[in-house]
Amino acid sequence: MAKFKGAIVVDTEKCKGCGLCVVSCPTKVIELARDVNGKGYHYAHMANPDACIGCSSCGLVCPDTVITVYRMKVS
Amino acid sequence: MGDIRLMKGNEVIAEAAIRCGCDGYFGYPITPQSEIMETLMIRRPELETGMVVVQAESEVAAINMVYGGASCGKKVMTSSSSPGISLKAEGLTYLAGAELPALIVNIVRGGPGLGTIQPAQSDYFQAVKGGGHGDYKLIVLAPASVQEMNDFVDLSFELAYKYLNPAMILSDGVIGQMMEKVELSEFKPRWTAEEIEKISGSWATTGKKKGVTRRISTSLDLDSAKQEIFNHKLQAKYRAMEENEVRFEKIDCDDADYLFVAYGSSARICQKAIEIARAKGIKVGLLRPITLFPYPTKAIQAMLGQVKGILSVEMSAGQMVEDVRLAVSGKVPVEHYGRYGGIIPTPDEVVEALEQNFLGE
Amino acid sequence: MTATTELKNIISEENLIYSKTPVLLDNEMHYCPGCTHGVIHKVIAEVIEDMGIQEETIGVSPVGCSVLAYNYLDIDWQQAAHGRAPALATATIRLMPEKYVFTYQGDGDLASIGCAEIMHACNRGENIVVFFVNNGIYGMTGGQMAPTTLEGQVTATTPYGRDCKTTGFPMKISEMVSLLPGTRFVTRQSAETPGAVRKLKKAVKKAFANTREDKGISFIEIVSTCSSGWKQTPVQSNEWMKEHMFPYYPLGTLKDE
Repeated sequence: MAKFKGAIVVDTEKCKGCGLCVVSCPTKVIELARDVNGKGYHYAHMANPDACIGCSSCGLVCPDTVITVYRMKVS
Repeated sequence: MGDIRLMKGNEVIAEAAIRCGCDGYFGYPITPQSEIMETLMIRRPELETGMVVVQAESEVAAINMVYGGASCGKKVMTSSSSPGISLKAEGLTYLAGAELPALIVNIVRGGPGLGTIQPAQSDYFQAVKGGGHGDYKLIVLAPASVQEMNDFVDLSFELAYKYLNPAMILSDGVIGQMMEKVELSEFKPRWTAEEIEKISGSWATTGKKKGVTRRISTSLDLDSAKQEIFNHKLQAKYRAMEENEVRFEKIDCDDADYLFVAYGSSARICQKAIEIARAKGIKVGLLRPITLFPYPTKAIQAMLGQVKGILSVEMSAGQMVEDVRLAVSGKVPVEHYGRYGGIIPTPDEVVEALEQNFLGE
Repeated sequence: MTATTELKNIISEENLIYSKTPVLLDNEMHYCPGCTHGVIHKVIAEVIEDMGIQEETIGVSPVGCSVLAYNYLDIDWQQAAHGRAPALATATIRLMPEKYVFTYQGDGDLASIGCAEIMHACNRGENIVVFFVNNGIYGMTGGQMAPTTLEGQVTATTPYGRDCKTTGFPMKISEMVSLLPGTRFVTRQSAETPGAVRKLKKAVKKAFANTREDKGISFIEIVSTCSSGWKQTPVQSNEWMKEHMFPYYPLGTLKDE
C-alpha cells in the first residue's frame, strides 16, 4: 500500500484560531500556537508535521479557508 | 392614426406595458386595480413578447420580485392600490436605495386602513414624501385621462432608467375604472441581452463575466462616511429631476384671477368647475401638476403676481395643499377643498368652495 | 533528509491537493471564529468552480450575518430585504431562465420574516437553489430566539430557556417544504466534520445540476453553529449541535424526485 506524506500551509494572519482543524485532524498534526497573530488569535500550525498524511480534513472544515494542503506519495 | 380603442384605464396600463417592451409584471390582486393583472393574464404576453407575468403571494413578494427583476436590468413593474402600496413601502425604499429603475402603479382608494374601495387621492404624502424609510424620492406621475395612463407607462420607464430610480404612476379608482378613447402606443421590442448590457452594463446582475468586477445590487453600506456620500449623490439626483423633469398643464390661466391646483381626476372636476365659475363671471384657471415629484413649484410661483387666491382641490383631507403653500410662501391665500373616504366632489361643490373662500359668499 | 527539507519537498505545486477556489475572494470574512457560514460559502464556491458556472450564477443574500456574503463569492449578487430573497430569485430566474440562481438565508430570514416568500417559491417550484442555514438563533442582532431555537434553549430573548407554551415550537422547515408538491430536492446537511462537508458538497452539486436540468427548486438546510450566540467555543458548539440539534433536526435527504 502506498504511503503518503502531507503538509499544510496556514495563512496565519487570516486564521481566527477557532480550533476546528485541530479536532478534525486524524493524526493530531495541528495545534493552536502559543503566539498570537495580528488580530490576537492563537493561529493554527503544524505542531507535529511528521504525522501529516495530507488528508485535507483540516482544509475542508476550515471556515476561513486559510489552510492549503499538499500531499506526496512516499515509497 | 394609431390603434384607437375604447378601454378602461386599468386595462390600458396592461396594454401599454406589453407595448413598451416591459419584461415582467409582478402583482397581487386588490380592488380597484385587479384588471391590470387580469388583462395581462388574458393577453398572454409571454407568447407575444416574452413578457413574464407572475401573481405573487403578497404585495411584499411582488415588489421584491420587482427588485430582483430590476436588478437584472429588466424593465419590470408592479401595480396595487393603497393598502397594497403600504405593504410595498419596504420594497420602494430598497429600490431607491439600490438605485434600481422600476414602475409602480398605484390606483388609489380611500383610507386609512382597509378604508374603502372607492377612489381617493389620500396617498399623496405616501407617494411624494416617502412612504418607506430614509431620504428618498420616487418619480411620481399623475395621469388625468385614460390616454395618459397609456402614455405614462413608457414615460415612467424612460425616467426610471434615466435616473436609476423607481417611478410611480399615482392614479385613482376613477381613472383606473373609467372607459375612454385611447390611442395606444406603437409596439417596442423588449431589450435584448446585448442591449441590456449596453444600457445597464455597469450594474445589472446578469452573471459575472471574466475580467470584469462582480456586480452587486444592494442598498447596504455599513460605513457611515460612504453612506453620507451616497445620500449626497441621491439628493443631487433628485435636484436634477427638479431641474429637468417638472411637468404640468395650465388651463384658462391667461386671464385668471383665481387658480385651482389639482391633479388626476380632481383636475378633471376642476375643468368643469372652471366652466361653471366663468359662466358666473369668476375668472378662474387650473394648474394641473403632472409630475407630483418633482413638483411644479416654480409654475405656481409664476402665477403669484396674477391670482388673488388659490384653491387646492384634492380627494383627501389636504395633502398636496402643503406643497402649494410651500410654493406660495404666504404671498396669496391658499385654501383646500376636498372630499374623502371615497367620495368624489362635484364641480358645483368646487365652485362653491371657491366662492366661500375667496369671494365672501 | 532533514524534516525541513522534506517539508520543502512536499510543499510544491505538483503536490497541491487542497487550496482556496478562485471563486472565493481574498476578502477576510467578517464571521466569528468557527462560524459555519465560512464552510458553506466555501463549498458553494467550490461547486460553482467545479461546474464551471461562475459566469452564469447569481446569488441572493439575506439580512442577517450573511448579508455580506457578496463580499466573499466572486459572482454577481443581489442583496434582498429581510426574508425576501426567494422573491428576488423568482423574478431573476423567470427573467433569465438560463442562469443559476440561489438564495442564501438564515433561520430568522427564511423561517421567520420570510416564511411566506420561501413557502410560495417552493410551492411554485421555482428553478432555484435555496441554502437555509439553521443555527437556531439570530446571530447578527445579538443572539435572540429564532423560530428554530430548541425548547429550553437560552437566547437573549428567552433568557430562561425557550418556553414552547408561549413562544411556539422549533419549526422543522425542511419537513414543511418537503410536503409541498413544488419541491424536487430537500435535504438536511451539516458541515462540522470532513465527511459532513463532503456530503454537503455532493448535495450542493446535485442542487445546481437540478437547475441545469430545469427540475425546479432544491432546498438545502445546513444545521449550523453560532458559537458567539450559543456562548461556547467553536469546538464545544459542534458537540452541542450534535447532541441537541441533530436529534430534533435529523440529517438526511427528505425528498429527491
